[in-house]
Amino acid sequence: MHPVYVWELPVRFFHWINALSVVTLIITGYLMGTPPAIQSSLEASNSYWFGTIRLIHFIAAYAFFFNFLVRIYWGFVGNRFANWKNFIPYRKRQWRDMWEIFRVDVFQVKCEDNPNLGHNALASFVYFLLFLVFVLTVLTGFGLYSASSGAWFSSLFTWVPVLLGGDMATRNIHHILMWFFIIFAIIHIYLVFYHDYIDWNGTMSSIIGGWKFQEEGKEEREKELEK
Amino acid sequence: MSEKPKTYYEIAVEKGYSRRDFMKFSAMMAAMLGLESSAIGKVAKALETKTRLPVIWLHGQECTCCSESFIRSSHPLVADILLDKISLDYTETLMAPAGYQAEKSLTETMEKYHGQYVLTVEGSVPLNNEGVYCCIGGRTFEDIIAEAADGAKAVIAWGNCASAGCVQASKPNPTGATPIHKLINGKPVINVQGCPPIADIMAGVLVHILTFDRLPELDRLGRPKAFYSKRVHDTCYRRPNYDAGLFVESFDDGNAKQGYCLYKMGCRGPVTYNACGVTQWNNGVSFPIRSGHPCLGCSEANFWDNGPFYRHLTSIPGFGIESTADKVGLGLGIATGVGLVAHAISTNIRKRQLINTKECKPEEDKTNES
Repeated sequence: MHPVYVWELPVRFFHWINALSVVTLIITGYLMGTPPAIQSSLEASNSYWFGTIRLIHFIAAYAFFFNFLVRIYWGFVGNRFANWKNFIPYRKRQWRDMWEIFRVDVFQVKCEDNPNLGHNALASFVYFLLFLVFVLTVLTGFGLYSASSGAWFSSLFTWVPVLLGGDMATRNIHHILMWFFIIFAIIHIYLVFYHDYIDWNGTMSSIIGGWKFQEEGKEEREKELEK
Repeated sequence: MSEKPKTYYEIAVEKGYSRRDFMKFSAMMAAMLGLESSAIGKVAKALETKTRLPVIWLHGQECTCCSESFIRSSHPLVADILLDKISLDYTETLMAPAGYQAEKSLTETMEKYHGQYVLTVEGSVPLNNEGVYCCIGGRTFEDIIAEAADGAKAVIAWGNCASAGCVQASKPNPTGATPIHKLINGKPVINVQGCPPIADIMAGVLVHILTFDRLPELDRLGRPKAFYSKRVHDTCYRRPNYDAGLFVESFDDGNAKQGYCLYKMGCRGPVTYNACGVTQWNNGVSFPIRSGHPCLGCSEANFWDNGPFYRHLTSIPGFGIESTADKVGLGLGIATGVGLVAHAISTNIRKRQLINTKECKPEEDKTNES
């Protein structure tokens, strides 16, 4: 076993800022859609907690968006594990690998030691879909926000609700996308445990320290896969 | 018949309005249009010097609530000057002639004022089955609109029917009800949204065209920005309650009277663009939210399909009438959890050897691959 530096610092930062902002966005967003029944003896003018929830949502949205831009940039300048080419399945072998992963890890009809150090082909493709969901969420979110903010940046998105048939439809799409994030997060966390358990390569800690472990002799296979 | 055409001011004086009434009306209109105070003079001047604007008001698939709203305009001068038969050359509901005479007056106006008149349309146009679902004087409405729009200098679509199709265009739209802007090419169409639109907005749009000889500034959906650039939510007097997290929980909730926000009753204020919160209705008497009823979003396209009205999340098609994104999402979340538990169990059984020794049995490969 020897260590390999897989996740560079910007990738790790991206991951954790993203995780934090997504969790914040889901909690505040859900509250905005389904406000709790809280009674108060205070006058409305003396209380602003719901407005603050919205404010947090909007701040987290900006963080989420610009953090995402940094990650896209890093897809062009980062190491081979971060490269954008991993994510878009434009090569035949990426599809073939995905099928292999279905057999080995999803349906478990074939036993094989995981040859990947970075994301496997299926994970990469799911991340690609997730990035598309990011884009849609950002578009619908800022489209909705533009009406009440008036800021220059959000005014770039006024065309979105028009295209989607009004704020109501936009809002619904934005809300449905939230569930995609939730279900993604459940599966994502499960798979971290799963790979940490079966691969013996420090999957879980790699997103903090950046290092994974590889068995001697396996390196050849890894390099071959990258071709 | 050949006497000099009268200006709006002259007509008003003839009708017994004082100069003061007239100036008040001009000031109100300027304020409605969001103009600065120096523009009051401009509006007054325009009404003093300009002769009547020929207006043709057609009715298609509609309920006449736009007309009803308009005649309840907060200033009587609106009805008297802009709507009175003096100004309206043709409108099925309110004109004196009927039958051939009426159709004759329509044709006459279209010929005499070709390129000058403003065509205002109330109602949508059915296109299915060659437009038979709305015929007037033996002609389809589609045909009438095409002819009338040809000589119009501008087209105003009154209300949700003409702007977005309203209830008759909701799914499955059996008559193929179509809004006006989809049928007219090369002419500006102003969508004065609402079901009905607020009377003062309707008057304001007409006065704007009269005063400045051009259309008011429009948003991306063709609505005048002066009235439709703000969400009802952002101008709502219950908004502080929203920001304080105080919500009406049911229709018999006493807090509704305390001004609590109607969001949880399905209020469409946050997704609706209109001036209800500012202008209000019937001379500023009230508006739906102030009367304790959530906004239905009547100035938005598809508002009938975005139901149910008293809930904020629309039903997801294919999952039954009571299914919201949250119910479907929760179901999928639980299904995911169950799937993952099954997968974890399967992993521990099928990959036992890999987990323990980091090796796969060669023969296991063979048996499973075949």
